[in-house]
Amino acid sequence: MVTIKELAEKPELFTSGHRACAGCGPAIALRYIMKALRGPTIVTEATGCMEVVSTIYPYTSWKVPWVHTAFETAAANASGIEAAVKALKRKNRLKYEHVDVIALAGDGGTYDIGIQALSGAAERGHDFLYVLYDNEGYMNTGIQRSGGTPYGASTTTSPAGTVIPGKTEYKKPIAEIMLAHEIPYVATASIGYWTDVITKVQKGLEAEGPAFLHLFAPCPRGWRSDTAKTVEIARLAVETCMFPLWEAVDGECNLSPQSKAIALKPDRKKPVADYLKMQRRFSHLFAPKFQHVVDEIQTDVDKRWDRLLKKCNVSSPAKTHD
Amino acid sequence: MTVKLEQQVIPLNGDEAVALAVKQSDVDVVAAYPITPQTIIVEKFSEYVANGEVDTEFVCVESEHSALAASLTASLTGARAFTATASAGLALMHEMVYVTAGCRAPVVMAVTNRALSAPINIHCDHSDAMAERDSGWIQIWAENAQETYDSIIQAFRIAEHKDLLTPVMINLDGFFLSHTLENVKVLPDEEVKKFVRTREFPQVTDTEGKQVPFKLDPNNPLTLGPLDLPDYYFEHKRQQEEAMHVAPKIIKEVHDEYALLTGRSYGNAFVDAYRMEDAEIATVCLGSAAGTTKTVVDYLRSQGVKAGVLRIRTFRPTPVEDIIKCLEGVKAIAVMDRSNSVGADGGPLFHEIRHVLYGTRSHPPVVNYIYGLGGRDMPQKTIHSIYKDLYEIASTGKVKHFVQFAGVRD
Repeated sequence: MVTIKELAEKPELFTSGHRACAGCGPAIALRYIMKALRGPTIVTEATGCMEVVSTIYPYTSWKVPWVHTAFETAAANASGIEAAVKALKRKNRLKYEHVDVIALAGDGGTYDIGIQALSGAAERGHDFLYVLYDNEGYMNTGIQRSGGTPYGASTTTSPAGTVIPGKTEYKKPIAEIMLAHEIPYVATASIGYWTDVITKVQKGLEAEGPAFLHLFAPCPRGWRSDTAKTVEIARLAVETCMFPLWEAVDGECNLSPQSKAIALKPDRKKPVADYLKMQRRFSHLFAPKFQHVVDEIQTDVDKRWDRLLKKCNVSSPAKTHD
Repeated sequence: MTVKLEQQVIPLNGDEAVALAVKQSDVDVVAAYPITPQTIIVEKFSEYVANGEVDTEFVCVESEHSALAASLTASLTGARAFTATASAGLALMHEMVYVTAGCRAPVVMAVTNRALSAPINIHCDHSDAMAERDSGWIQIWAENAQETYDSIIQAFRIAEHKDLLTPVMINLDGFFLSHTLENVKVLPDEEVKKFVRTREFPQVTDTEGKQVPFKLDPNNPLTLGPLDLPDYYFEHKRQQEEAMHVAPKIIKEVHDEYALLTGRSYGNAFVDAYRMEDAEIATVCLGSAAGTTKTVVDYLRSQGVKAGVLRIRTFRPTPVEDIIKCLEGVKAIAVMDRSNSVGADGGPLFHEIRHVLYGTRSHPPVVNYIYGLGGRDMPQKTIHSIYKDLYEIASTGKVKHFVQFAGVRD
């Protein structure tokens, strides 16, 4: 496991000067990811917040070769880069022993418009790491709902009205979908835990074949949360089991330490309301009229958590609080 | 012209000719998705891969959108990249067609021209490629399988030229060329490899002021495809136009060098003017229709009619000077469009030819025939009647209809 001292000595490959908002979770995500590189790397990124804030011509925050082409193309672009590296290597036209390929995309570029290309690239078995930085909405275009937006969240295309309490659908289980592709590495991580993020990026790069990392990254602008609380919220998502941390190496699922600790001591599992209350995108749920939605979210989280425990072969002692 | 080179004659259809040319051109990455009538290209190439006849990385993607997205980044990584499509596939690629040109990625793509839905139709017309005419790609249109083979080989040299870095689309008529067997003269593998050379990369200035090769190279990191706001976007788009001004010189050089090697040339590389020297009436067309039209022209000439046909080979960049030179003295011109710009009073080729001729002194009358949509055959009879109309226009100076459909039932 990497130490903070080692980390400090690593070069910043995603540099300051980018134009992300104060408290931006995805910007933290990128800095961690870039700290985990192990050698020559090419990064491709889908259209989205992080592409926009980091590459306004003629400036760039990237100290690695980086390419953006469109919104839905992160995985297809990675396929092309990986194929080129393989072919050039075979023909002795590449001076590197190995080149890692990383595809970055937000939730819109992954759950929605990019899922076809992602599924195709995973099926073809390209050797690359795909990192989904999930800020649960189309934040770049002004906070619209995506397939990754959680139930009950108010966005500009799923607004909390007088009749409808925000988004009426649950988050698509994207990591499970990728797990079903039977690729060598799938994991979830939260920017609240830097060692876990970096370890998982490293494992994803080391895996031979497609690796998928679902990285939870709060967006204060879209979530209407305090810019100073981004990391706290990212941890609360894990502590409430809204976003449990796990990884699957060759299909075998295991809880990561932070979630395992909760599984072993269920008293540590915090109520979802603690998490929801910190974000004004959920504030309407605390009006008496929509209070039932909070209960529904809790029920859903409990159900999914139980299912995950089974999948990870963890028998959790009975919890003492409700 | 004496050609020392030993060339084998083998029976190939247009798609097979494409696949063979790609196989011989030392291509690093082929990313493609099957669609009729392009399928044979992908199938044939898969066979080469399966039999170990190529060391190309073949990426059999899940859609045409990804086919071009993958070809594009493969190209930016430094690979020689090729893809092929048709019709709906090209339409699905549309976004990436522009992105590829804008990223200055020298991808070569074969388009086996086919009608666009709806109604769904798998046969030839030019609606697919015409929808991409403003995208920034060089467009070359072949008349037969031989020209298709030759043009694919030339395309890599053109696209990858360091002063150009512009993708090239080679168009071949669906079925008429893609599925029709022809005797094709092919070069030995090593001659093609020598001709296409290995890719060279122009040097560009990175953000630290260092000169680095224009590609994704870990030791010399570049940020490609960045966000370009109103303060720079316009200049970058103008650079694409400027590249198109450099293109003719490169297209010509490559065409002429290839002609020297093989003994085969296609007009002056831009237009193929057939019996146009003293022509009084002429048609203008793209692709395989030129073959049939040339036969009709020969007959008319034997009857003393001064007829000719101008085939546009390089449609992008538009060979303005050549078009003017060939058509200026002609008394009546019919532009043949195998696609329609619905509601625009004529097809796209018509608009462009008439636009080019507008400023000329003689200002000849130009009429338009929309023909062959969805694979409708254009027999000699139809072409004869078009020349008959032209003869009347030339004699009377009067035009009854500027835009008509040829070969359609009422």
